Amino acid sequence: MKSLAELQAIKDRMKDKVVLREGTGDMRVVVGMATCGIAAGARPVLNALVEEVNKAGLSEKVTVSQTGCIGICQFEPVVEVFEAGKEKVTYVKMTAEKAKEVVEKHLKGGRVIAEYTLKDENL
Amino acid sequence: MIRSQVLICGGTGCTSSGSKKIQEAFAKSIDDFKLNDEIKLVQTGCFGLCALGPVVIVYPDGTFYSQVKPEDVPEIVEEHLLKGRVVERLVYNETSTPIEELTGGVSLNDTDFYKAQHRVALRNCGVIDPENIDEYIAVDGYAALGKALTEMTPEQVIEEVKKSGLRGRGGGGFPTGLKWSFCAPNKADQKYVVCNADEGDPGAFMDRSVLEGDPHCIVEAMTICGYAIGATKGFVYVRAEYPIAVARLQKAIDQAREYGLLGKNIFDSGFDFDLEIRLGAGAFVCGEETALMASIEGKRGEPKPRPPFPAVKGLFDKPTVENNVETFANIPQILLKGADWFASMGTERSKGTKVFALGGKIKHTGLVEVPMGTTLREIIYDIGGGIPNGKKFKAAQTGGPSGGCIPASLIDTEIDYDNLTAIGCMMGSGGLIVMDEDTCMVDIAKFFLDFTVDESCGKCTPCRVGTKRLLELLDKITSGKGEPEDLDRLEDLCYYIKANSACGLGQTAPNPVLATLKFFRNEYEAHVNEKKCPAGVCKDLLTYTIDKDKCIGCGLCSRNCPVSTIIKSDYTAPGHKLPSYEIIPDKCIKCGACMTNCKFKAISKK
Repeated sequence: MKSLAELQAIKDRMKDKVVLREGTGDMRVVVGMATCGIAAGARPVLNALVEEVNKAGLSEKVTVSQTGCIGICQFEPVVEVFEAGKEKVTYVKMTAEKAKEVVEKHLKGGRVIAEYTLKDENL
Repeated sequence: MIRSQVLICGGTGCTSSGSKKIQEAFAKSIDDFKLNDEIKLVQTGCFGLCALGPVVIVYPDGTFYSQVKPEDVPEIVEEHLLKGRVVERLVYNETSTPIEELTGGVSLNDTDFYKAQHRVALRNCGVIDPENIDEYIAVDGYAALGKALTEMTPEQVIEEVKKSGLRGRGGGGFPTGLKWSFCAPNKADQKYVVCNADEGDPGAFMDRSVLEGDPHCIVEAMTICGYAIGATKGFVYVRAEYPIAVARLQKAIDQAREYGLLGKNIFDSGFDFDLEIRLGAGAFVCGEETALMASIEGKRGEPKPRPPFPAVKGLFDKPTVENNVETFANIPQILLKGADWFASMGTERSKGTKVFALGGKIKHTGLVEVPMGTTLREIIYDIGGGIPNGKKFKAAQTGGPSGGCIPASLIDTEIDYDNLTAIGCMMGSGGLIVMDEDTCMVDIAKFFLDFTVDESCGKCTPCRVGTKRLLELLDKITSGKGEPEDLDRLEDLCYYIKANSACGLGQTAPNPVLATLKFFRNEYEAHVNEKKCPAGVCKDLLTYTIDKDKCIGCGLCSRNCPVSTIIKSDYTAPGHKLPSYEIIPDKCIKCGACMTNCKFKAISKK
């Protein structure tokens, strides 16, 4: 080890691997992973979210986690975004592509993608 | 892409309750469900809640599973890792918040056990993989060393440690910065840094957990110390009875050497430092700094009189700084976050936090770290979960064989070095043994003295002979042969040993006796004057009796009595068909077999 830069390089390379354990970030993204969710294709959605969040360098800010059945099985895969001080956003009928968009626009850009969210008229 | 991590405790406590098997089961099950690319298994150090091991934590939610069995593992993998449903029956749920109000299951940090804690020395224990230097670097590891070597002068490092107010965590409480500053100006061709990991107090395992859970932080801190005082060589003296700690520390040293964090010209600063491990053979006296150094030199572990102090003439007669594991564990954080941050925790004269090994009659046996100044009540009831079986708290023993006890009346004492000394107690290294109403204080004093008698090195007479005489006096009292004058004799001898012993072992050996005499003199008096043991522990002072009206005459006690001293009486209680039994006291050996076997609670001891 000859310089602080070398140390920092290792730290940056490893950061994503330990940041999961540092507890919740400001934002919590939860994917419904019950039988209904998995059957509707929640796993690729979850994996896409984890991957994109890391790629976008948001892993310290955003925690991606899974949960059981949310209760709206006909809309699965469901992804919910919790942010302190803001109302919960529920995305429905998600796909890996939509998930990428959510990371880019919502988690990074702060703009909710209204067309993917659950609307009252659907219920 | 890894989306979830499963942390399995690989500390000594959980290893002995089978965490290796759990880890294998997880590996297999994750494989069965083809989750290898999504789930990562990590073996960590101690989480602190040893009584509930094996402990498994699932991140990112931080769900805390306790007492996991290998057969539970496929369920956790399928339900939680695959489907996202927390296996509630295995979740440790000691929280003041009802489970349904917690989103994403019970997180480790929500539990009462962790909420009141403040982890500095243990910050990485149970969080990182101790055998992976990269994980340590990811949580700011070696950044303090980098800062010290590239941005600070040795004087500045010492000044920062001084300013933080850190005091020796081995028990004495000597200011660490001051110790370093005594050694730094001494000119010599070689100086040494020694880490005392010879944790010998019965019931203490703080240092072991740090070495097992975060070994790199000791390597880093010792290197910083070497830079500050101008030493190029360090030794860690650790007990051979800590095989996991030794193995992980060795691995950490090897990895650090590979990365050039030990060796020549670290961080291109021209500073060289290297470390070696020395194994102790388990002698308590080797925890005393001069005896420890003698042992490293390959000599018999016997203390030397001071002066000269180790800062002037220590290991191999060279200037040496010796600090305890927990003391070192605080150093990197102090340099990174600053002395003011550290000094903002704790009380006026005791800064920072202290790790305690909670043991004895307490619900959550384990390791806790709290800011100095936390009351004993908070530690025992809020964190430790209180006394099991609805028993009453009687006293807490601190400082092991060198310490004293804090009685229930002083439960609101704020724990720091000076407050404990003021009540005739001692911080010690951090063993905290909780005792309930069933504990006999004379017996406890005898237990610790028995230990010091065994462990006295024999070099000086007051300790070698004095502690033996002290033990004999206690034996006399607990066997019912005590005379009223014995209590004064006991006290006189205690003060004599304290004043005349050569090292810390002898000087503190009478502390358990003095403290119990001070707070529980009435118990000593009951043993001596009434020949009774109020807690019902001292065998020779007990009498077992059968309540003839409760006895139904089944004869189970009589058949189980090893000395056949329980016989049928000629009394039959009203409503019973068979005559009751009675104990002939002169032959009774007080083994208690009758009482354990009686299903009708007809036998009592007092």
